[in-house]
Amino acid sequence: MNSIYPILKREFKSYFASPLAYIIIVVFQGISAWFFFLYLKGFLHIQLDPGFQLQRGELNLNNLVLAPYFGTITLVLLIIIPLITMRLLADERKSYTAELLFTSPIKLRTIILGKYLAAVILLIIMLTLSSINVFVLMVHGNPDIGAIMSGYIGLFLLGASFLAIGLFASSLTDNQLIAAVISFGVLLVLWLVGAMSPVDGSILGYISVINHFEPFGKGIIGIKDLVYYGSLIYLGLFLAHTALESERWR
Amino acid sequence: MIRVHNLTKNYGNLRAVDNISFELEKGDVLGFLGPNGAGKTTTMRIITGYMPPTKGSVRIEDVDIFDHPLKAKKQIGYLPENPPLYNDMNVEEYLDFVADIKMVPSKEKKGRILYVMDKCGITSVSKRIIAHLSKGYKQRVGIAQALINNPSVLVLDEPTNGLDPVQIIEIRELIKSLAGERTIILSTHILPEVTMICSRVIIINEGRIALEESLESLSLNLKSSESLYLKLRRNGDDVKEKIESIENISKVNMSAPGEYVIVPSNGSDVREELTSMAVKYNWGLLELRPLIHTLEEVFLKVISSEG
Repeated sequence: MNSIYPILKREFKSYFASPLAYIIIVVFQGISAWFFFLYLKGFLHIQLDPGFQLQRGELNLNNLVLAPYFGTITLVLLIIIPLITMRLLADERKSYTAELLFTSPIKLRTIILGKYLAAVILLIIMLTLSSINVFVLMVHGNPDIGAIMSGYIGLFLLGASFLAIGLFASSLTDNQLIAAVISFGVLLVLWLVGAMSPVDGSILGYISVINHFEPFGKGIIGIKDLVYYGSLIYLGLFLAHTALESERWR
Repeated sequence: MIRVHNLTKNYGNLRAVDNISFELEKGDVLGFLGPNGAGKTTTMRIITGYMPPTKGSVRIEDVDIFDHPLKAKKQIGYLPENPPLYNDMNVEEYLDFVADIKMVPSKEKKGRILYVMDKCGITSVSKRIIAHLSKGYKQRVGIAQALINNPSVLVLDEPTNGLDPVQIIEIRELIKSLAGERTIILSTHILPEVTMICSRVIIINEGRIALEESLESLSLNLKSSESLYLKLRRNGDDVKEKIESIENISKVNMSAPGEYVIVPSNGSDVREELTSMAVKYNWGLLELRPLIHTLEEVFLKVISSEG
């Protein structure tokens, strides 16, 4: 397992060897800041409008700024994460380095885990940078710190699950674009399946990635949701492992 | 030491490797020959543990590569057909990474990197990004990568591919110098290369071993069938007859007017008799030289008789 570090290090450095990681971070940062600003502006507008005096209790920072802000970030992650994961395994095949990795004295799961963690660190960097927006609230207002924390934990888990699914998609092909399209497609289905669910508590509702995020945005960290994201991460990594293993046996 | 036992690999319905067995000891350099698609690369990929065989086994230094892959793979250095390079790294970073995943102990790492860079002549490009290197340099980085863990078994899939003539000679010298303590398998389709580097030859065709021989016995075979080529300015009807009258000649063929291929019996030397005869009858001797069967001819013969 101590060979996980060289894999992780190489993968992480390789993100920053091309402009890709910088562009992803800047775009993510730009969109989240822009929407944060819009939500905040809307909130201030309502605060100053005497017509909303009565409902002011409902119309707090959490409901009007943080919740929609987190919602926007989940959507941006849905689009950006396939771009982060697309090359992880697909590119190893394209550049023939898969032969180097698979003939080295390291386990396949070490390779997969190393690559996955490199992407996770990039996600953490993105989320940490975006939290600057929220600090503005802490300086000038009185937001619910607990809800912010749980919201970010939720975003991290959601993003980490997306990364695992993206990694699996990347294990299926040597073409980065195809990998990105597959992971985007799978994520979109997992996202929309909740909207198709006729009643609360149905299986479709349970499968939905976004239904499990909602409690985090409200400051609730539920075991059920932790288990859900944990299983999704495990499933993605397991399927990637299986895909690579079975390809060699074919 | 490599022991390959009854190796078979199917890709769906296609049998790429069909029941191949051979054994190599320390110090052996095996030349692996065969036309494209004969199964060379597949065999090498199985030996290095990249893919499992459908049937059969491979033992590296007495460790089965599929029962104990991590232990066996530590002994192997492998240069695939396409050098496995990360284009966004520089040469030194890349070798450092390979040393890490090949489990080179960290205190030996620096020394090994300097050693393989020196051996492969890439010290001058150590800080260059791999993507910007020429094909020859990339190939050399690929070879350096295979040597980084000081492997006892070296598997090289077309090691001189893409190199210029000077580099080819350097790499051949390098491989020769590496032999002694190691077991080396190399595939190539440059046949003279085999004569120069290898101690044994396996010709493989359609997944099967078509010929397996040590290079000494192979070249002995080649010598014993040595025939002579004779070219004369003035051809006469009786020339063939007169040559056949010489002792120890088993066959004379006229390949073109005035050109003869003469097969002496049992490797006897008839050149002196031929020259004096040519002078005596005033044939106008232009050329007389031995026709050595090259490995190419053996190769073609083996391959076509198989087909």
